[in-house]
Amino acid sequence: MTTSGTATVTLPTDEQILITREFEAPKHLVYRAWTTPELVRRWWNARRGEVTVAEIDLRVGGQWRYVLVAEEGFEVGFHGEYREIVPNERIVSTEVYEGLPDGVSEEEGATLNTATFTETDGRTTLTILVQAANKVSRDAIIDSGMEAGMQDAMDLLEEVALSLR
Amino acid sequence: MARAATTADAFNAVAEPRRREILDALAGGERAVNELVRVLGLAQPQVSKHLRVLREVGAVDVREDGRRRLYRVNGRALKPIHDWVTSYERTWSERFDELDVVLEELKRKEEGDGNDD
Repeated sequence: MTTSGTATVTLPTDEQILITREFEAPKHLVYRAWTTPELVRRWWNARRGEVTVAEIDLRVGGQWRYVLVAEEGFEVGFHGEYREIVPNERIVSTEVYEGLPDGVSEEEGATLNTATFTETDGRTTLTILVQAANKVSRDAIIDSGMEAGMQDAMDLLEEVALSLR
Repeated sequence: MARAATTADAFNAVAEPRRREILDALAGGERAVNELVRVLGLAQPQVSKHLRVLREVGAVDVREDGRRRLYRVNGRALKPIHDWVTSYERTWSERFDELDVVLEELKRKEEGDGNDD
């Protein structure tokens, strides 16, 4: 059986989200898949639609932008700027959801994301630390998840909620 | 703002590591404050303070049992958080499953080329 691992999401602090996943591949390949537009188009869709824009200007100060057109027809866009690049090791970039609520500036709504690639015995652990400037931007991330039609997990959640009792 | 206030409030309350420990300790059933103090190794005022925050957002319920006050987890209040974490997790899991496919291809190509890249 192939290990189709699940991503682990934790909330280390009020302003942070940490995503972790292990891959059956060396880190230079994970890094390549992470930073090559044609490849990003293939995996960033999360099986929800088509990635119509995957722009990556991989240098400090360079911009990136991804847009997904969901099967339901709506568009979800994100963009940002690269702040630090250590090839095959680490990428620090800002991220702004393009559907921020009225009155929330890009500056307020941006997160600082650190993707770290660590290899052990040919396997790569990818961690993405999403650091929000404050609760406003953390909430914006929550909203973006909600608006992107990701509430299809409801049934599962009933179980989770029940198991908490 | 567009969001439901309760969602963000519960998020905020639960994001604090100590409060998550309290919720974990309550996951097995009702407990009194002094039991929580013992299980968590925290001072009583701290535990009481965290319980107050959790109660304000409805993450825990309390009931009187004689002279004791028993606390328990309110799964309904925590549901928005689990909803969100689960759906966020699912999005990333689905991305990563697709990424696995891409990586398999890259691996095969690299082996096929016989170079060391």
